[in-house]
Amino acid sequence: MNQTVTSEQGRNLFAPLSEDEKNNEFIAVESKTYLQDAWAHFRKNKLALISLYFLLFMLLLAIFVPIFSPYSYYEQDLTMTNVLPCAAHPLGTDKFGRDIFVRIMYGARISLAVGFAAAFINLFIGVIYGGVCGYFGGRLDMVLMRFADIIYSIPSMLYVIMVMLVFGSNIFSVLLAISVSGWIGMARQVRTQVLSLKEREYAQAARVMGAGHWRILFQHLISNSIGPILVNMTLMVPEAIFTEAFLAFVGIGISIPQSSWGSMANEARSLLQSHPIQMLWPVLAISLTMLSLNFIGDGLNEALDPRKR
Amino acid sequence: MNTADVILKVEDLKTYFYAGGGLFSQKKVIKAVDGVSLEIFRGETLGLVGESGCGKSTLGRTIVKLYEPAGGKIYFDGQDVTALQGPKLKQFRKDVQMIFQDPYASLDPRMTIGEILKEPMTIHELYQNDAQREQRAVELLRIVGLKPDHIRRYPHEFSGGQRQRISIARTLALDPKFIICDEPISALDVSIQAQIINLLKQIQEESGLSYLFVAHDLSMVKHISNRIAVMYLGHIMEIGDSHELYLHPMHPYSIALLSAVPIPDPVEGKQKHPEPIAGELPSPLNPPMGCPFSTRCPYADDRCKREMPALKEKNGRMIACFRVE
Repeated sequence: MNQTVTSEQGRNLFAPLSEDEKNNEFIAVESKTYLQDAWAHFRKNKLALISLYFLLFMLLLAIFVPIFSPYSYYEQDLTMTNVLPCAAHPLGTDKFGRDIFVRIMYGARISLAVGFAAAFINLFIGVIYGGVCGYFGGRLDMVLMRFADIIYSIPSMLYVIMVMLVFGSNIFSVLLAISVSGWIGMARQVRTQVLSLKEREYAQAARVMGAGHWRILFQHLISNSIGPILVNMTLMVPEAIFTEAFLAFVGIGISIPQSSWGSMANEARSLLQSHPIQMLWPVLAISLTMLSLNFIGDGLNEALDPRKR
Repeated sequence: MNTADVILKVEDLKTYFYAGGGLFSQKKVIKAVDGVSLEIFRGETLGLVGESGCGKSTLGRTIVKLYEPAGGKIYFDGQDVTALQGPKLKQFRKDVQMIFQDPYASLDPRMTIGEILKEPMTIHELYQNDAQREQRAVELLRIVGLKPDHIRRYPHEFSGGQRQRISIARTLALDPKFIICDEPISALDVSIQAQIINLLKQIQEESGLSYLFVAHDLSMVKHISNRIAVMYLGHIMEIGDSHELYLHPMHPYSIALLSAVPIPDPVEGKQKHPEPIAGELPSPLNPPMGCPFSTRCPYADDRCKREMPALKEKNGRMIACFRVE
């Protein structure tokens, strides 16, 4: 059936645009960057938010308590050994009369420093290594990833003990020991991300417009993998903290009299039956820190990946 | 037209992909583009049509050097660009641009529109400072019908049609001589499709650049193209003036393809008994011997199944079929 439209009807059908219709390219929504958007989502996760505040609080205490406290982490007071928590010593004293609160906070400095430094070293190596493997692919990728597999196949404790034997017990050899194989997880993750992102049309568009390899890799591919990279990094921090604590516990980490949560737990072991509370503090510090870091990691994972919301 | 007006010439171009090839299985060759020759003139639009999987996008991507050709030559502006490297490749990249199919995937989600538009200018060091680049970016936005304040926005804040206009603006940033449009409208609404096509036409009228317009929507292709090339399983079957080819297709595949175009009038549609193509596109892993269309062609005979017909001129058109010889 054919419908004829009269000119009168036609005029009604084609009305001129009103003023606001002419403005239809206007975008009403407030512009948000990726990280602003992620932060808005992260804030909704109460557990992660509390964890973040807890960690920041720990950080402040770790920085300022050893500075302003009347006690130091190494001074012994043999008249005040094994004191229970009181006004002068909020967490009590250990078997040499050292203030446990100050030692815990001094240990927090070492633990957090080791944790974050290890995460940054691994981030640096892992992102570049994985990015190069994923982007260039082919034989280079084969060789580099098999090399990483070989490093990964040797138990990390072996590296740790070897590094400690060669470089002695200090914070740098702990970091070195953790970093020997710690970057591999990050490298694998970045490689997978880059492998899939490089097939995206915006990466190809960058190639067509003449962008160089490094520009495509860093400007387009790695900046778009920032979510998984950040999550991986947050989960690497507790791993490093735990390794440091373990090394200190078995006695090959930080050298005495420096305090670390692991070495404090080791010292408290001999008093476990008479003064069990001395064991509680380092253990609590380790578990709460690791727990909050894991919650932050989960929260970030959710906030940075739209599919997980 | 004489040869000086040819901006792009492709000779016997082949693009192969390799699949499989494990310990016990042999590597299989996918001949996505298998011996394509064509010419595109200055200021012209060549439409490239064909079913999904016929290799039309691969052909476009090989021409912009996203894929390495397995054989054949590409000439751009009279120069052999098949194996360009270094600064010469960069110059070629400035002259030849590509608009991608999916406007949701072709803009980097972490960059603002301003950064996206300025990136090609930064790569080719086009202006003296960032302020001038920004000014040019604003001008580009105006050309494609967007607002200057959109420069601070991110791609996800725009609709599909707006994004496609942004990616057109990005390709224009380099003042290219030749743009490959890889199904730029297939991801968009019909009303928006017309907008984009008209924008592309208007840009062509103003700057005289040439397009290779890849699409599977025949009616839109006819609207924008001067000539149309029909592709099937890695081969060009027919090339001709777009109106002529649309009204009187000569190759059996072109006839079948055009009969599949829906007619927006039920009465006329019923009268024009459509001849649907029987069967499916053969796997490019295992293409038929002889003419690739012989498995589905209603006129195929023994000769078609033995040898591949060459692309030959007939009444001002190029056709690869024994029937029209």
